[in-house]
Amino acid sequence: MTLSAFLFQALNGLSAASGLFFIAVGLSLIFGVTRIVNIAHGSLYMLGTYIAYSFATKIGGAIGFWGGIVATAILVGVFGALIEIVLLRRIYRSPELFQLLATFALVLVINDATLWIWGSEDLLGPRAPGLRDAVEVLDRRLPTYDLFLIVIGPAVLLVLHLGLARTRFGRLVRAATQDREMVGALGVNQAMLFTAVFALGSALAGLGGALQVAREPANLATDLVAIGDAFVVVVVGGMGSITGAYLAAVIIAEVKAICIAVGVVDFGYFTVNFSKLTLVAEFLVMAVVLIARPYGLLGRAQGQVRSIAEPEDPIRPATPALKMLAAVAFALLLGLPLLAQSSPYMLILGIDVLIAVLFATSLHFIMGPGGMHSFGHAAYFGLGAYGAALLVKWLAAPMGLALAAAPLVALAGALLFGWFAVRLSGVYLAMLTLAFAQIVWAAVFQWEYLTGGSNGVVGVWPTAPFDTRVSYYLLTLTLAAIGVLMLRRFLFAPFGYAMRAGRDSALRAEAIGIDVKRVHWLGFAIAGGVCGVAGGLFAFAKGSISPETIGVGRSIDGLVMVLLGGIQTLTGPIVGASVFATLQDTVMRQTEYWRALLGGIILLLVLAFPGGIVGALEKFFSRWKTAS
Amino acid sequence: MSAAMLAVENLSASYGAARILYDLSFEVGRGEVVALMGRNGAGKSTTIKTIMGLMAQRQGHVRFNGRDISGLKPFEIARLGLGFTPEDRRIFVDLTVMENLDIGRQPARSFADGTPAPSWSPEKLFALFPNLAEMPHRLGGRMSGGEQQMLAVARTLMGNPLLVLLDEPSEGVAPLIVEQMANTIVELKKEGLSILLSEQNVHFAQLVSDRVYMLEKGQIRWQGTMAQLTENVDVQRAYLTV
Amino acid sequence: MSDLSIRALSKAFGGVRAVNEVSFEVKRGEFLAMIGPNGAGKSTCFNMINGQLAPDSGSIWFEQKNLTGLAPREIWRLGVGRTFQVASTFGSMTVGENVQMALLSHANEIYRYWRPAAAMHRERALALLDQVGMREAADRPSRELAYGDVKRVELAIALANDPRLLLMDEPTAGMAPRERNDLIALVKRLVVEQGISVLFTEHSMDVVFAFADRIIVLARGRLIADGNAAEIRDHPQVREVYFGTGKTFARAAGAAS
Repeated sequence: MTLSAFLFQALNGLSAASGLFFIAVGLSLIFGVTRIVNIAHGSLYMLGTYIAYSFATKIGGAIGFWGGIVATAILVGVFGALIEIVLLRRIYRSPELFQLLATFALVLVINDATLWIWGSEDLLGPRAPGLRDAVEVLDRRLPTYDLFLIVIGPAVLLVLHLGLARTRFGRLVRAATQDREMVGALGVNQAMLFTAVFALGSALAGLGGALQVAREPANLATDLVAIGDAFVVVVVGGMGSITGAYLAAVIIAEVKAICIAVGVVDFGYFTVNFSKLTLVAEFLVMAVVLIARPYGLLGRAQGQVRSIAEPEDPIRPATPALKMLAAVAFALLLGLPLLAQSSPYMLILGIDVLIAVLFATSLHFIMGPGGMHSFGHAAYFGLGAYGAALLVKWLAAPMGLALAAAPLVALAGALLFGWFAVRLSGVYLAMLTLAFAQIVWAAVFQWEYLTGGSNGVVGVWPTAPFDTRVSYYLLTLTLAAIGVLMLRRFLFAPFGYAMRAGRDSALRAEAIGIDVKRVHWLGFAIAGGVCGVAGGLFAFAKGSISPETIGVGRSIDGLVMVLLGGIQTLTGPIVGASVFATLQDTVMRQTEYWRALLGGIILLLVLAFPGGIVGALEKFFSRWKTAS
Repeated sequence: MSAAMLAVENLSASYGAARILYDLSFEVGRGEVVALMGRNGAGKSTTIKTIMGLMAQRQGHVRFNGRDISGLKPFEIARLGLGFTPEDRRIFVDLTVMENLDIGRQPARSFADGTPAPSWSPEKLFALFPNLAEMPHRLGGRMSGGEQQMLAVARTLMGNPLLVLLDEPSEGVAPLIVEQMANTIVELKKEGLSILLSEQNVHFAQLVSDRVYMLEKGQIRWQGTMAQLTENVDVQRAYLTV
Repeated sequence: MSDLSIRALSKAFGGVRAVNEVSFEVKRGEFLAMIGPNGAGKSTCFNMINGQLAPDSGSIWFEQKNLTGLAPREIWRLGVGRTFQVASTFGSMTVGENVQMALLSHANEIYRYWRPAAAMHRERALALLDQVGMREAADRPSRELAYGDVKRVELAIALANDPRLLLMDEPTAGMAPRERNDLIALVKRLVVEQGISVLFTEHSMDVVFAFADRIIVLARGRLIADGNAAEIRDHPQVREVYFGTGKTFARAAGAAS
């Protein structure tokens, strides 16, 4: 490749950087002040493209296009303000996880609303009036619109920077970023400030989306792609730093552009198509930066967020009543095949529920007692599932061996990713785990030769004696019960106590000789291994495994299960997973708009039952006890 | 007797399921410096936070400058002229001294009878706190604890308050700074400000306060003038104990 | 013979020398107070000794072992206990379990996965709680304790590994005068009984003058005075940068004049 081709790609990278910057900067600003990671930020960006498309095509001309872009930014800003006023105001004092989930619910709802309004077809807007030409750069033609994008990113950065440094609004934003309660006690109307910041951040997302209308079609998958990019940019640049966001946008866009420029390289024995590795490259940049600078390039350690979440009660061994209840439940589950003779679907549902229970319990193990809010637990599910499936596909391994390998593959992955993850905490850990899950997803998606790409691996069926539905169900039940009881036992042992000690106060745990990172790392690995069993069971239950079943969606499902049951209780994930998996297999299959339905369920959960089902029951019973 | 600047009536507050304050009633007169005293955990800070609207669960009434402020939000209370300096100072560490002061800025205001309240500018505050005058562009995070304490008070004064709530002004700072803080409070009283402070250090309280309410377990157990407290060693022993 | 030896310790933050060539020693069984104005470098100095911060230069020796650059947990394993300025416990555990946690770690039993922890080292934990007068509270959730009691539990935790040196950063911060005296009197009794050396920082002059065997004074990152209570009280430079006229802690000043 020539030097000029290389430089030209670098120039392309700069225009892409402006796009990334627009997605990320609003997210960063909003997080700085409100401490909310707005996962729906990508949805606002997507809305920007759709709305700008409607302006540009319905009104048309320069006014429809350029006026439409400005109007879109304003409209999305107003929409953001509405979201803040109607939803987020109620959850500013909720635990971080609930905020993440609530905004994820918005993603689902907005996506279905967009589907309803604009339909499922991709919509390509017109080219920009006045900027349809291209200029000659480095013997190549560069569209003037790209040149415009290259300039507008830094221009907006400059305006924002001056606004934050020089105006009273900017000072208030910076002060509130550190201590919003104190800003209020000094006579500043925080609610207005928050709404204003949210509107500004949303408007920037809308503007970013609108500016893309001339380059890329409006597409329903944009929301998750955009938020993934935004996470990476913001985390690399440093939460709350707008200059960091631009810097990170440039680095990431350039790395991607260079990957594309390099293209296919022949290394002799094998060839690597670098242009297909952009996703992996992006997340690798993030991992490297976070290890070297845990708070991003220009970020700083977050101040203590004043949380009023109720602390957890000491754990107690199961009461005789609970043991009895568990024994009865197990006996009923054992008897399910008898019941299922009349409706065979019961056993499929039973297997789904048991796999979900194992999945959720392993996630709870690190989320609850470990305090590590993983947003990428699907990775270990996927590693287990693919580990087992690939052994069957390539080595024709017997089922026993494949199932035994599943936890080992997942354990190895969790040991690798966990080593990085336990160095971070809070939202940074959430995003890094999400990033690792994306890497696993991208790897199985892009490594077609080995994994079958988007088609996945098929023909992974259980062998005798587990080739009947009843026997496979009983196998699943046995393994799930062993997994759940083992994790529970660990929690009551010194290791589980040490894990909780590290979560309650890492500083104090270190001061009594506990290597907190090591304990949490091992905890992370154990959870990954158990999750791998769930993945292996899943692959054999369905007879196949594909990338779509191990995507972000599954990670989020796990979080919903844990929170639905109640994160502060040990039985919570079991109850949550059972309820959620049953709902998923029954109600959600009935409607095209299942995303909006799931979003509605999550919002209801977050707003009405912050303690989860088990938490709500416990509260009810303790009130009932004190009353009587 | 003129109406009190601040009148607290049957104030209660809870934190989760735990009740912290029980039916507190007390007053701060115009131009008066009143100390809330008592041991740690007696409820002094909670009282101040409750008056400022920072406790979610509260009952009872608070009247300030002739208005009922119970149930108002903290920013609304601050805009009526009630200043608040928290015990942990809560300086904005990424903002300079001048910017910190600017966050606290509010319009000038008057007392209920129409007389103007003392109004403050950075220049006037720099005269009161010469240390701050030496470092107008220093970041809050780069200041020592004592300097931060002064900035916290100065920032509150930028709101031109009629009454200031000072939470534990002598806690955690060196004796020399404690002494300067005492001198400052005396100055502010001369300017006509009313002050309600929470304090454990009886020597400090003696230097600045007119009257004392003694708290224990969220209730007022004794009240009197500072002179009465100084003479009453039994009360000191029972509720403070040197 | 000295237990802890600090040699020419220095640390700078962004060009500001927080601790500048500080050297001092703590002798075996000594109760040594470190005082000084806010921002004098006390906390920085402390955090270097307990391993939370790495010094730029200088060294820290404890019983002829070099502690410089070790992690807090390694320093703890060498027999150095510590308490925190803002006391806290493991909020999701009972008082007893908090102490058991330290005992489990001391016995190298953290990486055990099977036997329930609640039954391990229970007796020893109760004995330690007994020493600080908290045995009755052993089965209460630790987050329900009053602040003064949290401080006592913290002391029991700090004693769990039979330390030979205790580092206490403002042990009485946030406590009322009587509680302060009670706590320090308790510490003093325990350390005399068990021959433990103590280094502590403190702002309450009443406590310092009543209990410290020796006092060192830091100001602007440098050690400016080292002596007994009477010497420090009359030290002109200390009066200038720290005590002032002394009217805010009348008893001590009265004794001085």
